Amino acid sequence: MSHFRIADDAHQPKTFAFTPEFQEKANKEIAKYPAGRQQSAVMALLDLAQRQHGWVTRAAVAHIADLLGMAEIRVWEVVSFYTMYRTTPGGRINVHVCTTTPCWLRGSDAVTAACKSKLGIGFGEATEDGQFALHEVECLGACVNAPILQIDDDYYEDVDGPKTEAILDAFMRGETPTPGPQVDRQTSAPVGGATTLHSVGGDD
Amino acid sequence: MPKLKVDGIEVEVPPGSTVLQACEAAGKEIPRFCYHQRLSIAGNCRMCLVEVKPGPPKPQASCALPAADNQEVFTDSPMTVKARKGVMEMLLINHPLDCPICDQGGECDLQDQALHYGADTSRYAENKRAVKDKNMGPLIKTIMTRCIHCTRCVRFVDEVAGVPTIGALGRSGDMEITTLEQAVASELSGNVVDLCPVGALTSKPYAFNARPWELTKTESIDVMDALGSNIRIDTRSGEVLRVLPRLNEDVNEEWLGDKSRYACDGLKRQRLDRPYVRRDGKLRPASWPEALQTVASKLKATAPEKIGAIVGDLVDCESVFALKQLLDGLKVASMDCRQDGAAIDPACRAGYILNAGLAGVEEADALLLIGTNPRVEAPVWNARIRKAWLENGLKVGVIGENADLTYRYSYLGAGAQSLQAVANGSDDFAKVLENAERPMVVIGQGALARADGAAVLAAARAIADKYAGGAAGFGMLHTAAGRVGALDLGFVPGEGGLNTAGIVDGAASGEVEVVFLLGADEIAPSKLQNAFVVYQGHHGDHGAHAADVILPGAAYTEKDATYVNTEGRPQHAYRAVFAPGEAREDWAILRALSGALGAPLPYDTLAGLRAAMCEAHPHLGATDALSEAEWGEFGAVGEMAETPFASPVRNYYHTNAIARASETMARCIEELLPAATKATGTNG
Repeated sequence: MSHFRIADDAHQPKTFAFTPEFQEKANKEIAKYPAGRQQSAVMALLDLAQRQHGWVTRAAVAHIADLLGMAEIRVWEVVSFYTMYRTTPGGRINVHVCTTTPCWLRGSDAVTAACKSKLGIGFGEATEDGQFALHEVECLGACVNAPILQIDDDYYEDVDGPKTEAILDAFMRGETPTPGPQVDRQTSAPVGGATTLHSVGGDD
Repeated sequence: MPKLKVDGIEVEVPPGSTVLQACEAAGKEIPRFCYHQRLSIAGNCRMCLVEVKPGPPKPQASCALPAADNQEVFTDSPMTVKARKGVMEMLLINHPLDCPICDQGGECDLQDQALHYGADTSRYAENKRAVKDKNMGPLIKTIMTRCIHCTRCVRFVDEVAGVPTIGALGRSGDMEITTLEQAVASELSGNVVDLCPVGALTSKPYAFNARPWELTKTESIDVMDALGSNIRIDTRSGEVLRVLPRLNEDVNEEWLGDKSRYACDGLKRQRLDRPYVRRDGKLRPASWPEALQTVASKLKATAPEKIGAIVGDLVDCESVFALKQLLDGLKVASMDCRQDGAAIDPACRAGYILNAGLAGVEEADALLLIGTNPRVEAPVWNARIRKAWLENGLKVGVIGENADLTYRYSYLGAGAQSLQAVANGSDDFAKVLENAERPMVVIGQGALARADGAAVLAAARAIADKYAGGAAGFGMLHTAAGRVGALDLGFVPGEGGLNTAGIVDGAASGEVEVVFLLGADEIAPSKLQNAFVVYQGHHGDHGAHAADVILPGAAYTEKDATYVNTEGRPQHAYRAVFAPGEAREDWAILRALSGALGAPLPYDTLAGLRAAMCEAHPHLGATDALSEAEWGEFGAVGEMAETPFASPVRNYYHTNAIARASETMARCIEELLPAATKATGTNG
């Protein structure tokens, strides 16, 4: 968990506007809510802004507040409440390691160590070339596949130290490894295949 | 009507009440921090926990629990007492124990409630959290480590002030109240200091000045706008240290504008504390007899039609009455209390007061504002309009400035053309007025202080007549605290007398040789150069600059006086401190002057003056009450110019001599106003 902080003015771009592609998505989100309730789209719009720019800038908050007809401070309240909104410039690829109890019991310390040594940075930092940023996060809600490594939108599950390094290596080469369990299991089904109901459904 | 039992006492409360309100109805005090009767319910401080049966076997937050039939509430059961103790301990975990250096000390809710409901010792040995202080502008000092996150300030600026600039950022233990380093840009911002239950938000100008138990408290009336807000003046050793609002549901509820609250440091600067007489072109200190004799001989030597008198914005009824009697004795007819030249018709009282009352707007369903910007002219009333807009769906239409009033309104236009469109029904808002059950039409000074003011007034009267049932729906919003009182007393040109413009022009041309200014500070000194000017007042402002004789008077905190507010409500102000130096109460100066003239006024005491005044104008004796005024003809139908209506208040923080002398107000202008409006000139 990191303390909420807004980037210095030196890092803040002066303006923000959605690109036509993102504007279209934003319009779709706003249209989901009845007239007079557009403010409900604030979280979605913040997410779009973050996807477009990489992080949520002051200008983006002002723009969204304006777009939805709400006070800027109300938007900041939302931004500051959720750790998933990034308010400082980070890396292009965001690596999140879950260190909450289930993941920790299943070896998240090794995952953390692998990330730190591979990327050469600590939590809350970004690599010098701005390619990677490393974040420590609370429970990602996938404890059955602990430990979890979240890279951008994808979960890499059942990882350990060497697997983490392999995944990061692949990203460094510009590839995107297949997300999901990194061991022999289907989603959150038992490791090594079904353990019960062998006779049902023609399991062979 | 739910009937429930509180500690065995049966109470019946209106539907929609909360358990907390039921407890209060039963006379039981419930401690609270976040709950405030004028704000929405947050339920986050947990201090108001009580035991309620039937219900879950745990204490419940009474502020957010609806009162229901057959409930049994226990406000001092072991469960309740233990819950309160626990909450208090939790709140104190991160609250610094810096009461000895905290300005809230002695009037702190947390301090008081910790004493009554908390534990006697602390079990907490770990580090407390520390929070960086925030900038909230020139009026609010912040020590954010003391904040207990009740969010009263957040809700106040959002709901009442309508300027959502304070927010709660972060979450759980990291939550912080902040404005993101912006000043709270509201004319009501000072109220968050009163609302803050701890010492997180305190008054910046008053910081480290006094302890509450050292202060002498005087209940009085504010004169910074025409609302007559009820205030409490806190003084120590003859010095006004602060001004706080006093509860009056009919006038200011419990709010106060920033100018009323913070301009009091202006009472200590630029004061006229001794009489002056101009000799050889320079004002030189003089004795009272000398100054009075100079004025008296000048008045006696001048023909009555060459004498004019103008009364200012902050002048009380007693002084006006005394001056009028004095002038009547001299057969002077040129007198006026409308120094801005507003075309108010003094003949019909219903034509110059807010007939429905300030609270009346809460019952109204449509409101037409003509040439007024209530946000800067009467911020507390503006909050009331906003409340009506939020809660009752009041529809507001504005003719005049298209300003941010903190509520949505239909903008009908800038001037006379739009007024005519409403009058002849061609504007859409005319239909709103027509269909409304209790419409209100309020005209401001911005529409009156112009050459065609009488015609605008007549047009507004016609609209009120047509849609709003005459007097019941017609109102005038004044900007001067003394205006209605002076109009009531008839301080207007008598037969053949000149009005303000006439007196000022006459002074320039030589037709008027002596001008008596009673606290009139909004007239440019250069225009009065050719006349012999007597200035009676309390500040060395525009009026004193023009003066040949200065008679030092008392400010509103320094005299017992009557003020009539914009709705026609006479209220008594009381003396909190004595006027500085040789300055005297204004009525006494006028009485002394009448003696010097050889025709003493027929009273020697304020009580005698008041008796005479109330005999001549009985409604002034009905303190704190509204008296109905009869509808009649006023204004003069005529051509209206196309010039847009503009509010007379260009700069909220500098509308009178006291505010202009205040350093705090100067800081507000520096930090809060956009550059364009910073010019401080109030006239020419």
